[in-house]
Amino acid sequence: MITQMLARETSTALSDASTNSLYASAVVLTLAMLSFGVDLAQSPARAARESARRTTVVQDSADGAGDGSTAVLTRTETGEPAVPEKRQWAGIGMSLSWLGAFLLIACVVLRGAAVHRPPLGNMYEFATVGAAFTIAAYLLWSLKRDVRWLGIFVVGPVLLVEMLAAMVFYTDATQLMPSLKSYWLSIHVTVATLSIALFTIGFSLTLLHLIQERVEAGSTERFAFMKALPSSERLERLGYSVHIIAFPLWTFTLIAGAIWAQEAWGHYWNWDPKEVWTFVIWVVYAAYLHARVTAGWNSRRASYIALAGFACIIVNYCVVNVFFVGQHSYSGL
Amino acid sequence: MTPPDDLTAAYATTDEDRTSTSSKGSGDGPTLPRLGFLGGLRWFWRQLTSMRTALFLLLLLAIAAVPGSIWPQRGIDAVRVSDYLAQHTTIGPWLDRFGFFDVYSSPWFAAIYLLLVVSLLGCILPRTKQHWQNIRSQPPKAPRRLERLPAHTSATVDASHDDVLAAAREVLRSKRFRLRVQDDAVSGEVGALRETGNLLFHVSLVVVIVAVAAGHVLGWRGDVIVPEGGDFASTVTQYDTIDPGPWVDVAGLTPWSLHLDKLHVSFEDGVPTDSPQYGQPRSFTADVTTGDEDGRTEQRKISVNHPINEGGASVYLLGNGYAPVVTVRDKAGKVLYRKATPFLPQDNTYKSVGAVKVTGATPQQLGFAGFFVPSLDFDDRMGPISTFPGLRKPALVLTAFEGDLFPDGRPQSVYTLNTAKMTQLKGANGQPLRLLVTPGQTVQLPGGQGSVTLEKTIPRWAGLSVRSDPGKIPALVGALAGLAGLVMSLTLRRRRVFVRVAPAPSSDASSAAAEGGERRTLVTVGGLAKGEDPRLGAAVEEILAAISTRTGRPA
Ligand code: HEM
Repeated sequence: MITQMLARETSTALSDASTNSLYASAVVLTLAMLSFGVDLAQSPARAARESARRTTVVQDSADGAGDGSTAVLTRTETGEPAVPEKRQWAGIGMSLSWLGAFLLIACVVLRGAAVHRPPLGNMYEFATVGAAFTIAAYLLWSLKRDVRWLGIFVVGPVLLVEMLAAMVFYTDATQLMPSLKSYWLSIHVTVATLSIALFTIGFSLTLLHLIQERVEAGSTERFAFMKALPSSERLERLGYSVHIIAFPLWTFTLIAGAIWAQEAWGHYWNWDPKEVWTFVIWVVYAAYLHARVTAGWNSRRASYIALAGFACIIVNYCVVNVFFVGQHSYSGL
Repeated sequence: MTPPDDLTAAYATTDEDRTSTSSKGSGDGPTLPRLGFLGGLRWFWRQLTSMRTALFLLLLLAIAAVPGSIWPQRGIDAVRVSDYLAQHTTIGPWLDRFGFFDVYSSPWFAAIYLLLVVSLLGCILPRTKQHWQNIRSQPPKAPRRLERLPAHTSATVDASHDDVLAAAREVLRSKRFRLRVQDDAVSGEVGALRETGNLLFHVSLVVVIVAVAAGHVLGWRGDVIVPEGGDFASTVTQYDTIDPGPWVDVAGLTPWSLHLDKLHVSFEDGVPTDSPQYGQPRSFTADVTTGDEDGRTEQRKISVNHPINEGGASVYLLGNGYAPVVTVRDKAGKVLYRKATPFLPQDNTYKSVGAVKVTGATPQQLGFAGFFVPSLDFDDRMGPISTFPGLRKPALVLTAFEGDLFPDGRPQSVYTLNTAKMTQLKGANGQPLRLLVTPGQTVQLPGGQGSVTLEKTIPRWAGLSVRSDPGKIPALVGALAGLAGLVMSLTLRRRRVFVRVAPAPSSDASSAAAEGGERRTLVTVGGLAKGEDPRLGAAVEEILAAISTRTGRPA
């Protein structure tokens, strides 16, 4: 009896600590977002200075270049302005993002410790884990490439999800209902949230691609900061590469969910609303992959399909969990 | 032979070609060639198997699947469908007419996925043939001017023509390229597995669809409610409901039996009573003793997520509830009815409905209908309610009827009474009689009609679902193969790389000649990819670097 009560006591302490980490993370990420914002706001001026410097550099090298072979010429163009300006605010944004990510991961880990299971049992827990995956994926990527320009577009959604989790989806730490007690829960839901995290980054890139395309075509005067971002073509390609990691993960989610449904409900496919939407999302993203290689379809239309896929993810998460009647009703709300 | 345009064309997918040709044919209306019947068929086939149609059908499938998640579906919850129809008398019948309550078996849904399957087959077959020919043929000859390829690079190395070619062969071979060697060039091709993976993926989709269909026609499911201490034998007549596929012979089911020893149930009570988690189910486990065909018995546990296998089918624990033992006696005290009577939970608090049908009562049959509540409380508006799903203050709340229980002998639900030919018993005050019976209590019926007793111990019942689906393993294998194919198709790169050697141009040779280097050779590497390949340029550079290193003397 007493040990049981003690155990409960600790759980409350842990889950409170978890919630506090979430708040702290939200505060830190807000600051990170502001820093990234300042960095982007400064970008037009920085670009102007840089192009001023580059013209001098190119002139210099044109004077000195005698051989004129292609290889050397290429080097002059990309190599010389190798000492770009220090982007202080972007650096602060990155550091704060790391801090915010650690706090968010602490939130997830503490919650898991509080409930003695993987924290994947209700919407609040999916939201925090999904947000943690999103920012972690971004930060890991940033170790390999300079993707500071993407910072605000990843931290923004993560922050939004954190706030929704804290204010709308919050659910007390408790045990699971029987149908959720399965190691397939960990497998299926972990992979699902991971792939949603990647789809989120893919969504940001796709949206930026569409904006950049308009900026490049000169059809809009706004979005001056877009000049600091890669070309629309490159954004499209980056978006695609993120999607092709996320899509097989989603395929696996679908399969693992079916295996679990077979164990829990006796049939691998029951056309439960949640299953329907998982399937719909899968089909829409398959259509996106097809659209990219279909003759007569430009990348813009393919991108619209990818955005539609993400809209389906939102519906699946926010609408289906809460409003549709099905066997998956464990939003915890 | 001739330049890259040719090669690029060779890499374009057949579908794209076909789409563009067929759309050219149909684009300009008046000059449309007269196709004839066969021609028309061929035209239709090309349209159907074009990439654009596949894309359209995919999007259509996604949209068509949605209504099934919005409106209740007969195959899942027929009761909610009839409720919906009762509440929406204008729009309901229209929705019903267009199959919105049976979306996944409706003709329009079937039409979409059948067209998709045909399109898929029409896509897979020619691509497989082409891919087969492609793997068995040599890579094409190196084009003359590699500078025209999308990625290319060159360098001068201090080595002879033959040494460089040999090095190029080794490098490409070590990177798993298939080679074609010419006098002054090497062509290599890598990544045929990408296409293999893609085909595997699309074939697997067909396998999964066929497996699902097989499960429908060859599978069956039966549901039954067994009270604690009760027995069940797997034969057609003992199931409460049985739903066999069209090709299943239910008479031939392997017989086996099951005794429900005990059902362990627990609900959340460690949170404040106003928390939404309060009273939520936490665990269900059934202890059972099964007996197979030869009479061997075995003690086993079934719980949610942990079905058992018996007689080639799987047995799942999908539901539970209470089966209070009700005893009805006549006025002489003779037992007319004594049975664990399952009541069906209506909500998370396990307020359950049920009926007691005393066919042996005289002069008229007796029937009782009402609720079993595990933790009784009274609500001003709703009357008796349950505050917790566990047994805290159990009670039966019944109304009583006399008359004909089974008018016209038609089958009816065991949980409700058909009161068409029955009259309700009245209490002393003339109001309809309401009985409140607690465990161990006996309540007398008015007019000396006998008594109703609720026995002290209240057994639970287990809702078992027995299912057999011969398609599930093939479906799983198909799905996993598809996943493997998908990963291959998305991660592998399909590239052609050409290495061409030539004597170094004379302008450079002037300085080289001073060092006596007759053997300076210009190496050019060009690359061509099928589809997206952001790393092609880097790969080409890498190959050149490897060749230079191997010849030992980069100039
Ligand atoms: C059940 C429907 C289908 C699904 C879910 C599906 C899914 C996919 C996926 C995920 C890819 C990988 C995309 C990539 O490599 O970027 C793909 C590629 C492809 N699909 Fe499908 N597909 C379906 C039907 C079809 C049909 C009917 C056709 C033929 C008209 C087709 C032709 C192709 C082709 C040619 C590719 C290769 C694209 C490339 O990488 O060059 N697919 N499909």
